[in-house]
Parts: sequence; structure tokens; C-alpha cells
Amino acid sequence: MTSSDRPSQRLILEAGRADRQYWGDIWRYRELFFILAWRDVAVRYKQTVIGLAWAFVRPFVTMVVFTVVFGKLARLPTEGDAPYAVLVFAGLLPWTLASSILGDASNSVITNSQLVSKVYFPRIIIPFATVMVGLIDFGVSLLILVGVMAWYGVVPDWHILLLPVFVVLAVLVAIGPALWAAAMIVKYRDFRFIIPFVVQVGLYVSPVGFSTKVVPPEWQLLYSLNPMVGVIDGFRWAILGGDSPLYLPGFAVSMLVAAGMLWLGIHTFRRTERGFADLI
Amino acid sequence: MSDVVIRAEKLGKKFIIGHQVEYSAILGEALVRSARGLLRRGADMLRGRAVVAGDEIEEFWALRDVDFEIKRGEVVSIIGHNGAGKTTMLKILSRILEPTLGRVELNGRVASLLEVGTGFHQELTGRENIFLNGAILGMTRQEVLARFDEIVAFSGVEKFIDTPVKRYSVGMYARLAFSVAAHLETEILFVDEVLAVGDAEFQKRCLDRMSAVASAGRTVLFVSHNLAAVAALTRRGIVLKGGRLIFDGPIENAIAQYSASLSKGKAARDWGRGHHSAIISADLLDAQGRPTDTYEPGTPFNLQVEVETANMPGLGLELHLRDANNLPVAFYSSSIFSQTPLPSEGRHVCRLSLQPLFLASGEYSFDISTNSLTIVVDHGVANAIPFQVAASSPGGIAYDFKQSLGHGVLAMQLASPLRIEPASSEPA
Ligand SMILES: Nc1ncnc2c1ncn2[C@@H]1O[C@H](COP(=O)(O)OP(=O)(O)OP(=O)(O)O)[C@@H](O)[C@H]1O
Ligand SMILES: [Mg+2]
Repeated sequence: MTSSDRPSQRLILEAGRADRQYWGDIWRYRELFFILAWRDVAVRYKQTVIGLAWAFVRPFVTMVVFTVVFGKLARLPTEGDAPYAVLVFAGLLPWTLASSILGDASNSVITNSQLVSKVYFPRIIIPFATVMVGLIDFGVSLLILVGVMAWYGVVPDWHILLLPVFVVLAVLVAIGPALWAAAMIVKYRDFRFIIPFVVQVGLYVSPVGFSTKVVPPEWQLLYSLNPMVGVIDGFRWAILGGDSPLYLPGFAVSMLVAAGMLWLGIHTFRRTERGFADLI
Repeated sequence: MSDVVIRAEKLGKKFIIGHQVEYSAILGEALVRSARGLLRRGADMLRGRAVVAGDEIEEFWALRDVDFEIKRGEVVSIIGHNGAGKTTMLKILSRILEPTLGRVELNGRVASLLEVGTGFHQELTGRENIFLNGAILGMTRQEVLARFDEIVAFSGVEKFIDTPVKRYSVGMYARLAFSVAAHLETEILFVDEVLAVGDAEFQKRCLDRMSAVASAGRTVLFVSHNLAAVAALTRRGIVLKGGRLIFDGPIENAIAQYSASLSKGKAARDWGRGHHSAIISADLLDAQGRPTDTYEPGTPFNLQVEVETANMPGLGLELHLRDANNLPVAFYSSSIFSQTPLPSEGRHVCRLSLQPLFLASGEYSFDISTNSLTIVVDHGVANAIPFQVAASSPGGIAYDFKQSLGHGVLAMQLASPLRIEPASSEPA
């Protein structure tokens, strides 16, 4: 990105002109992507007393509450021999990752309105840069999971090697709707109120505190229209191994829905981003 | 090299703005109105249009039919009233806004400086913000690293470089922000009004830096209301008015065009204030005592300055006459030259009639300041009275003695008629 490998390029600006250099520009602005991601991480726990420990406290307390409410009080069944706490945590991990990405990324364009109205760069960098914060908190939660598994003596099998794939899926499931919402929020601030609501409801309609097997078999496929079902099942499959077999048709449906939403998100974002600075 | 790096053709930008037609104090009416508004916004949303506040929507052209070409290495200033569309134009050229009509062709790497310190984060330290801001302005980490020491030295905040910028004073913040921007090295640079921040000393530093940039062979588009700076930094000026380009040519003529339209709308001036005084208004008057922006060479200078003082005896009024290059030409001080200090309290109008000067034609301005006895400026207004000399003919013939000829700015006048006599070999 020095002036030598960024040659004197010719650029035409015109209304409605499809920007052929767009994806190349994203590559050229990769440093900005990293620095924005770094900024969000660096700023997150400044002037807090216990700092990064917050990343431990929140998921841990949620896990305890869910285990007590769903496992002990409601007496919902676990999967195979897996301890209920591990089951809950394996669901909580992708859920927290996805919901924090959805929340942060969808608001990211307007929280960075100062940048949008004063400098040019491919706007799609902004929502993607917020993913880093979610991933770091996710990494911390993963450590708790390791602790909880050790406590219960749960040993993962080879399935665990595929966990990174499901992490990527969790990010993609969240970023699609987040991009769409980020673009819509610029125009209609109403969506600012809708997203937290979706996240709140989503926690209960997704299999976070319980196993997907609780849902009657004839409803399984329909239930999988919620893409988080596929992601959470994938996590449990990777972490609990043989105790939690993956229901493949359901998983495929979830991934199709996720792919559709991702396409819609990118498409909407790309179509509207040239007007962001007018409206913001 | 004289190839075109920026070409704008028929450039236009339309915004949608809303108006509140009338307010109603009656609850029922207000409810009906907001219900109607709700319906309209709902319909807008279904059609995919943006939400606009107000009952009535107006299309508004912030820029219309603008054509120009900028060649490599040219330094061009863009001047115009508030709302003339200058920022909008720079935003289109730097790809922040999309033009509604027309097209722009750009050749070369562009950086734009629409404000200093874009993206600075309060919680981050000075050092961290240099990297953040650099990346936002389009510099690579390598480039920032290579210039880091220079940037810090230029800003003069070395001691606080690892302190969060929220602990900085406003001035330190501005210095650091400008320093990063000042070290941008792109082929094409757009600068919008960023010199308006900071104290006088800092502004001078910024100006020096800008003239270094301008003379380094880079292409610069420069927006400013500071006509002295504009004249000193650039040769060519583009004047925008109501979104249209009304003049494109030599800077002196551009400034003349602009100030001609300026004097008609001079009503609102806010020059701020000093610690003990404020210069409220200042005008050059013609022979009939009306405000003017042209001076007739060889006539008395009649000035009228309104000043407010608060609890400060002994303040003097000082004037600096400057030429188009912002160089000082003449000086007057009420406390030193005529031992007339300003009253210590209240609002007063000072009327000055100064001896005639035979000025060359071109642009000038008066800087006006109030000064305490120790010659410390209390309130200074640079470029308080911009004016021009339309034509200067010291000999009364058609010859125009111009500032730009390079013979200086004053025509020397004879004290008595010139006598030329044959030289006699021996005095009688
Ligand atoms: N996003 C926007 N939506 C609606 N109107 C806008 C928008 N941006 C600018 N305008 C309008 O466009 C006009 C031109 O604005 P612009 O900022 O270009 O003026 P300017 O010449 O830079 O003025 P100044 O000297 O005050 O900086 C103004 O009337 C402004 O209100
Ligand atoms: Mg402006």
C-alpha cells in the first residue's frame, strides 16, 4: 500500500456507477480494517475495574443460571451422558458470539458516522471490524468451557478439530443480518430498537438453554429455519462428540438460510452504502 | 507536466431536505399532524426512500453544473459563502458523496482533509491516535512509522504522547491532529477549512506547512474563508455561489468577485473576543461615509471600528495593512502613535481618518487588534477589512500600477513638481 504499489490509478465517479475496484479497495484498506478492529478491542475495557474479567463473568453467570433453570428446575433432558452445564455452555458460546456481532455490527455504521461523513473507504470494513471484539470475548469463554469440561471430566474426541469451522459459521450467520440491519439503520433508525428485541427473543427460540432434541422430530426441519439451530447443533456435535449426533437435513436447511441472509446482507449494504454520507 | 488530474463535468448534487410547515400548540392538531407524518414516513419507507423530518419535502441542489479541470501540480483555492457547496464538492471529489449528476475523472492517489483529527478516540493515547488517524487518512503503518518522530515533533506534545487525548487541552488536541494530517503525502490533496482551528501561532504554523505542501509540486484543492491565506497560497481561484461555479481564474480576480458579493451580505460577523475586549465590526468608508470594499488611491483612509472593552484601561487599537501576499505594508497604533487609549469600559465606535496612501491596484486587507500597553494582543482579527484597489494611475494616465508587477505596493508621489534643468558646468 505504499505509493509505488498503489499506482496512479484512474478513477471515474458517476451516479449509480458500479464500482469495479470495490473488492480491490477492500484489500487496499486492510490496514484500516485491522486498526479499527484493534481500536474497538483497545477501548472496550478501558476505565473498567476488572477489565477483561468481564468477559469471564458474564458467560459464567449465564451458564449457571441456565443450568439451574433448564436443567434442575425444568428438568429438561441433556444429550447422551453430557453434563447439563457443558450442554448449556456449548450452546451459549456460539449464541453469545453471534448475538454480540449482530448487536455491534448493526450499529457500527452510525456509531462511526464521523468517519463515514469525512473520509472515503469501503464502508463494509466497519461492520466486519466489530467482529474482532466478539471473537476475543469468545476466546475467553472458550477457556471457561475448557475449565468446565475438566471439572466434569468430559474429554472431546476428534470432532473438536472441526470447531473452527463452526466458529466461522457462527460469524457468518450473524454478519448477514447485521449488514442488512446496518444499512437499514442509516436510513431508518427504527431498526436500532428492533435488533436488541430480536436478540432477546432469539435467546429463547434458539436451543441455548436446552437441547434441540427437545423439539418433536416432525418439527425439527421447520425449527432449523432458525440458522442458529444449525450453528449451535454443530458446536455441540464438535464439543460433545458422539453424545450429540448432528441432524444433517436440519443443518443443511440452517446453512441455506444463513447463506441467503448473507447474500441479502452484502447485497443491501453494497447497494445503499454510496448514499450513507448523504443520510448519516 | 501539464496533464489533467481532475476533470469535473456537469457535476451536480441534490439533497432532500424537509420543512416544518407550521407548529400547532393544540394537542389534537398535533396528533393529527403526527399521524399524517407517520403515514407519509411509512409510505416513504415502503418505497425505499429516506426518512426526512418535517411536513414538506424539498429537493435542493447543493451543487449544480460545475465544470473544471485541474492540472498536475496546480494549487487551486475554492472560495464562496457559507453553504455555497465547497465542502460538498470536496466530498464528491474524495468519494464520500456520490454525485447526482455529471462525472468526475481522477488520476492519482487522493487524500482529503475535511477536518483534522477524524476518528480520534478520546480513550486512546496520543501515540495510538496517530496510528489510528493515519490509517483513516489512508497512510500505511509503514508510512506512519517512518514519520512518527516528525509528527510528534511538529505537534509539540512529546511529553503527553502516552496520555489519553481526553486529557489534552483543546489546543494540544488540534496540534496533534493537524500534525498527522500535515504529514500526508499523496499526489492529490483536498483541504477544507482546517486552518480555522488553534491559536494564532498555530495557524501560522499550519499556513507555513500548507505553503510548503503547495510548493512541493503536489496538486492541492484548498477551501478557506481566510482570503489572505488564499491569496498567499494559490494562483488560481474557483468561486462557488449557491452551488454554481461563478468564476474560475486568477486568484486576485476570484477574490474580487467573492468580496464583491460578500459586502452585500456582510450582516453576520462573529469574530469572537479577547480576554478584555472584542472587536465587533470594522469597515472601510467611502467619501460619503458608506461602507465600501474599494479604496481610491491617494484619498484619506476612513475607517470605522466598533470595540467593546471590559474593565481594562489603556488598551490601544492597532492596524496592520497587508498586501495580497499577506505581507505587512503599513502600521498604525492608537496608543503609540497618537496616545489615545480606548475607554476602559463599554462599547465604542472609533472613527479614524488616516493620511492618503498611493496604493498599487490589487487586494489588501487590514488586520485589526486591541493591544495592552505591553504590546500583547488581546483580541486580534486577521483580515478584518478586506478591500481592493480597482485601478491605480499615479500619473493620471491609463497606465495601471499593479501590485502584481513587482514594483512594490506604493507609488511615490512628488512633493513638488519635477524639475529637469540643463546641467551648467559652473554654478553662476
Ligand atoms: N447531507 C446533507 N443533507 C442535506 N443537505 C446538505 C447535506 N450536506 C450539505 N447540505 C447542504 O448543502 C449546502 C452546501 O453545503 P456545504 O457544506 O457544501 O457548504 P460550504 O460551502 O462548505 O459552506 P461552509 O463555508 O459553511 O463550510 C448547504 O446548504 C447544506 O445545508
Ligand atoms: Mg464547508
